[in-house]
Amino acid sequence: MIYFDQVSKQYRDGTPALENVTLSVSPKEFVSIVGHSGAGKTTLLKMLLAEEKPSAGNVFFEEIDIHGLPKNALHHYRRKIGTVFQDFRLIPTKTAYENIAFAMEAVGRRDDEIASDVPYILDLVDIGDKAHHFPHQLSGGEQQRVAIGRAIINQPDVIVADEPTGNLDPVNTYDVIEILKKINELGTTVIITTHNKGVVDAMNKRVITMDKGKVVRDDMHGHYIL
Amino acid sequence: MSTMMIRRVFVNGAKNFVRSGSVTAATVLIMTVTLAIVGLLIFLSAILTNTLTAIKDKVDVNVYFVTTAGEGEIISLQNKIADLTQVASVTYTSREEALISFKARHATDELTLQALEELGDNPLGASLSIKAKDPGQYEGIVQFLSDNPTTGADGKSIIDRVNYFQNKIVIDRLTGAIRATEQAGAAIVLLFALASAVIAFATVRLAIYTAREEIAVMRLMGASNAYIRGPFIVAGILAGVVASFIVLTLFYPLSWYAGSALSSWLGGFNLFSYYLGNFALFFSILTGSGFLLGGVASFIAVRRYLRV
Repeated sequence: MIYFDQVSKQYRDGTPALENVTLSVSPKEFVSIVGHSGAGKTTLLKMLLAEEKPSAGNVFFEEIDIHGLPKNALHHYRRKIGTVFQDFRLIPTKTAYENIAFAMEAVGRRDDEIASDVPYILDLVDIGDKAHHFPHQLSGGEQQRVAIGRAIINQPDVIVADEPTGNLDPVNTYDVIEILKKINELGTTVIITTHNKGVVDAMNKRVITMDKGKVVRDDMHGHYIL
Repeated sequence: MSTMMIRRVFVNGAKNFVRSGSVTAATVLIMTVTLAIVGLLIFLSAILTNTLTAIKDKVDVNVYFVTTAGEGEIISLQNKIADLTQVASVTYTSREEALISFKARHATDELTLQALEELGDNPLGASLSIKAKDPGQYEGIVQFLSDNPTTGADGKSIIDRVNYFQNKIVIDRLTGAIRATEQAGAAIVLLFALASAVIAFATVRLAIYTAREEIAVMRLMGASNAYIRGPFIVAGILAGVVASFIVLTLFYPLSWYAGSALSSWLGGFNLFSYYLGNFALFFSILTGSGFLLGGVASFIAVRRYLRV
């Protein structure tokens, strides 16, 4: 489904972010990418989201070289991926409902579909009672649930979560991971980057360990080893 | 983009405008100042035009005819001059009217009136007063008169004298001054308009800079560039149009006050009357500028954050 073929990335100042990374992710997998800060985890995700271009190598999504896509086709590609960030990145001028609805509006879904799907997703991520709250009126955990709701509303093939629990307390961390697990069980591929040893160990799923831009371990039922 | 998507762009743009609070307030405020400068430039331009027109109206060239010149010959020449493209108007003053005017001017001068009485006959010739559309065109008109001499029955020229040459230096200086003032006025208007546009652009860019992460997230959600850009353009246009309405409203009491206070100083030109009489012009220029400034500035500013 996803294939990084000898991908390297060097920043303008010459710093290597990724070195010759080759890995593949199959459909319905739950993959945790771990590593120290600066190990290249976020760069790897940015490559997948076509936010960064590799200096060498190719990234394939369902056999399509995503960096060969024309600019005007990128937004169609990105609709296949739901994204969750450590800092939530909700739109501050939109309510929880509107933030999730925006993802549907952007892909051209009809008003009646939005009216039926958004309340369902709000309930799924357990934030239905705060549908009309703005982001600044929500706690970190609540904001992250809205962000997950936004990521899954269009039923993407893959959920990419960059440190989704980085700003959350243990209770909310547990809740968010449970939601991501549930999404994965329903058939969506999930890729997360994390520093949280507890999360990775409890998951008992595939773990890719990175260090200095290289993949140093790839364990099918791995643990957080650093 | 479908009708549904266009409607969403407008709705989201309006919501952004209302909900962005202090950012919207700051943008509208700067746009208001910008458009107020544009409006003041319209007033300045009108005052300048009015003053220059008043000065231009005071400049003319008079053709004086010999006393034996027939009225028919003079009227014929008047028609030929009036047909010239450079000429704004030609006014005929007959010998009799010239005499009445002369007597009125010297009504208190007994000696002059007595001397006129003793002459018995009217010593004054008829005249044509010529006003050109532009003071710089008098030379061409006078050239026309010398190239097309009008002679009477006796074969002699019926033109006694043309006062252009004695006024030439004054006319030339005035023409130069008027042109320089017009050019300086246009340059000042252009400079201020440009400076205000740059300030408005910078403000809108700053407003959109605060939303750069929002734009990045919208891109990652798979929104097309047009769908991301649309609401920002709508909000920018709303800021410009609201600012123009504020300026149009403020100009009503301000021009009313300035109209009465400055009228005598501006040679009778009333700013309030001008504002009311030209409201459609003010409305279209200010609202149009606000619309364009807000829309174009937003378009350019968002484009920066849409680059992959």
